[in-house]
Amino acid sequence: MSNYLNVNYGVKSWLLTRDHKRIALLYLGAVTLFFFIGGAAAVIFRIELLTPQGDLVQAETYNKLFTMHGIIMIFLFLIPAIPAVLGNFLVPMMLGARDLAFPRLNLASWYVFVTGGLFLLGAMIAGGVDTGWTFYTPYSTVYSNSYVIATALGAFIVGFSSIMTGLNFVVTIHTMRAPGQTWFRLPLFIWSHYATSVIILLGTPVLAITIVLLALERLLGLGIFNPALGGDPILFQHLFWFYSHPAVYIMILPAMGVISELITTFSRKRIFSYQFVAFSSIAIAVLGFFVWGHHMFVSGQSVYAGMVFSFLSMFVAIPSAIKVFNWTATLYKGSVSWQTPLLYALGFIGLFTIGGLTGLFLATLAVDVHVHDTYFVVAHFHYIMVGGTIMGYLGGLHFWWPKISGRLYPEGWAKFAALVIFVGFNLTFFPQFLLGYLGMPRRYYAYPEEFQVLNVMSTAGASILGVGYIIPMVYFIWSMRYGPPASANPFGASGLEWQTASPPPTENFAATPVVTCEVYTYPSEHDRGANP
Amino acid sequence: MTVARTPEVLAHQFDDLEQQHDAANLGMWAFLATEILFFGGMFLGYAVYRSLYPEAFTQASNHMDILLGMINTVVLIASSLTVVLAVHAAQQDRRRALVGLLTLTILLGLVFLGIKSTEYLHKFNENLVPGVDFAYTGQNARHAALFFSFYFAMTGMHALHMIIGIAIFAWLIVAARRGRYTAIYNTPVEIAGLYWHFVDIIWIFLFPLFYLLGRHL
Repeated sequence: MSNYLNVNYGVKSWLLTRDHKRIALLYLGAVTLFFFIGGAAAVIFRIELLTPQGDLVQAETYNKLFTMHGIIMIFLFLIPAIPAVLGNFLVPMMLGARDLAFPRLNLASWYVFVTGGLFLLGAMIAGGVDTGWTFYTPYSTVYSNSYVIATALGAFIVGFSSIMTGLNFVVTIHTMRAPGQTWFRLPLFIWSHYATSVIILLGTPVLAITIVLLALERLLGLGIFNPALGGDPILFQHLFWFYSHPAVYIMILPAMGVISELITTFSRKRIFSYQFVAFSSIAIAVLGFFVWGHHMFVSGQSVYAGMVFSFLSMFVAIPSAIKVFNWTATLYKGSVSWQTPLLYALGFIGLFTIGGLTGLFLATLAVDVHVHDTYFVVAHFHYIMVGGTIMGYLGGLHFWWPKISGRLYPEGWAKFAALVIFVGFNLTFFPQFLLGYLGMPRRYYAYPEEFQVLNVMSTAGASILGVGYIIPMVYFIWSMRYGPPASANPFGASGLEWQTASPPPTENFAATPVVTCEVYTYPSEHDRGANP
Repeated sequence: MTVARTPEVLAHQFDDLEQQHDAANLGMWAFLATEILFFGGMFLGYAVYRSLYPEAFTQASNHMDILLGMINTVVLIASSLTVVLAVHAAQQDRRRALVGLLTLTILLGLVFLGIKSTEYLHKFNENLVPGVDFAYTGQNARHAALFFSFYFAMTGMHALHMIIGIAIFAWLIVAARRGRYTAIYNTPVEIAGLYWHFVDIIWIFLFPLFYLLGRHL
C-alpha cells in the first residue's frame, strides 16, 4: 500500500518534500547528528575531569569544549528535538489535518536550521568560541579572541527556524482542527505544543535583536552593552535571559505533552483532570516570562528585583507540580502495562521532580548565593533538560516509532536501554549536586583533589549514559528493515493519529475524521470494575 | 471566469478558501507579534538609557533634521493609504488600479528611503556615526553616542524592513499583472498590506522618540 515513505524515492523527493512527516524525518536526522557531536564534546571534557590536574586539554580548549557542548545541545538539539521531530510529525495527524498550514515554510525552516547549524559548526572548526553559551558582555564583545560573531549569527539563524515551526503550529492548531474537535477535545500533546509555540513566538525575537546588537557592538564598536562607552552589560543579561529562561520551557513543555500521552495510554485510563493539565501548560508559558531575573541574583541586579524574581520563580513550581500530581493520579488504579515508553515516562517523573525541587533551592536568594555558578546548578539544569527533555523525547520516539516507521522495535533491548540510560544519567549527574554543594565551581578544567572521587563517578556515569544513547539508535535503524510490521494501533492508544495506517499515507487520512467525544476514551474505573 | 481559477489557488491542505484565508491572516498577525518583540528589545534599551541620561539624549536629539523627519512621516502615511486602496482594488477585481496603487506605494517607499539616506549622509558629514566616525562636540559625548547608536540601529532596522516590503510589493505587481488576484482570492495583497502598516507604525513611534521628545529643552 502506498504510504508517505514509499510514495516516491530518491534524494530529491526528500530534499524538496513538503510533507510534514518527511520533514520530521529530515529533522530527526539533523538533530541526531548534532546530538552526537555535542555529546562528543562532553566525552572529551568528562575525560579531562577524571583527574584534578588539567592534563588532557588546555584551559582555553576546555572553555571552547563546554561552550560547544552547550550551544549545540541547546540550540541544535533540545529546542528543536521534540517540536520539530515529533511535533512536526504528529500535530497535523492529531488534528485530523492533511498537513501543517504552511508546508513550504515548514521545509524552509529545516533549511534555515541546517544553515544555522553549519554556521555554528563552521565557527567551531575555524577555532571555536570560549564565552560559554550565554555570550556575556563585555567579554564577548571586547575581550574574547574567538569566533563570537559567526557563532552568534548561527544561533540567530537557528532562531528563525524555530519561529517558523512555532508559527506553523499556532496557525494550524487554530484553523485546521477536525470537525467536532473543540479545544477541550485536543490531545494534551497539542496543548503543550501550543504553549511552546507561543513562547517561541514571543521569546525568540528578543534573542535575535540581542544578538544583532551584540554583533554590532563587536563589529562596529557601538556601546549599548559596553560600560566604557556608556552602556550597561546588565541590560544584555536582561535581554538574553528574557528569551533564554523561557527557552527552558520551550525544551520541557513538549516533553510534558509527550508524557501526558504516554501515562494515559499505558495506564489505560483517561488522564486525571484534563483541564488542569492543559491549563498548566499555558500557565507555565505565561509565568515563564516573568522569572528571568533569577539568573542574575548575583549580577548586580537590585535586591528588590531579586526578591520579586525569587517569589515568581517559586510560582512556576505550582503548574509543574499540578502536572506531576495528575500524572501519578492517572497511574493510580490504572491497568499499567510496563512497556518501554512508560519506563521513560516514569523516569521523566522521577528526574523532573528532582530537577524541579532543586530549582526551588536555586530560586531561594540566600541559597543561590552559596551555590551560584557551582556544579549544583549544572546538575539541576541537566536533571531538567536531559532527565526531562531527553527522557520525554526518547519515550515519545519509542511510542510513535511504529507509526513513523511502520515497524516495531525490539522490546527487550528497548527496556534494557531505558534502564541503562536511567542508571547512567543518575550516576553522571547526582554526584554533581554533591560537588556543587561542596563548592566546586563550574567551567574550570582543574579542581582540588578532594573532589576527585565524585568526578570519577560522574565520568563513569557519562560513559554508561553514552552507551545507553547508542543502543536505541542501533535498534531503531535495525528495525526499519528487520522489525516486525506494526498494525495501525499497536498500543491500543486513543488519538486520531492511531486511526490511520502505520506508516500513514501522504495526506494522513483517507477521509477527514470527525471527532464526537473527548480524546482519552479509555474505559472508566467503574466500567472496568463491572467487567473485569 | 474567476470561479474557474479557484481550485488552483487552494492549497491541498486546506478544505476551502475561507480556511486558507484565515490561516494566512493569523500567520501574518503571529509574525507581526514576533516583530513587535524584535523591535521591543531596542525600544526597551532606548527607554532604559533615555531615563538614565535624559539630558544627553535631549541634546543629541537637537541634531536631528526635524523637517526631513516630518516629510518622511507624511510620505509613509501616504504610502499606507495607497496600500489600503490597493487591497480595496484587489477585492473589487480592478487589476489596473491594483498594479498602479502598488507601484505608487513602492515609489513612496523609495522616496522615504532616499530622504533617510540623505539624513544618514548628513550625520556622517557631521561625524555623528558611533563606532565609525564619532566626534561629538557637546557635553556627555559618551551618552550621546548611545543616542546615535540607537538611532542608527532602530532606523536602520526599520529601513531594512521597508526594503523587504518593497521587494514583496514588486513580487505582487508581477503576479497582479498576470491576473493572479481576484475578488475571490487576494490574500497575499491583504497580508502584505498588514506588514506594510506594521512597518509604518514602527516609524510612528521612532519619529517622536528621536526627533520630537524633549527637543530644544
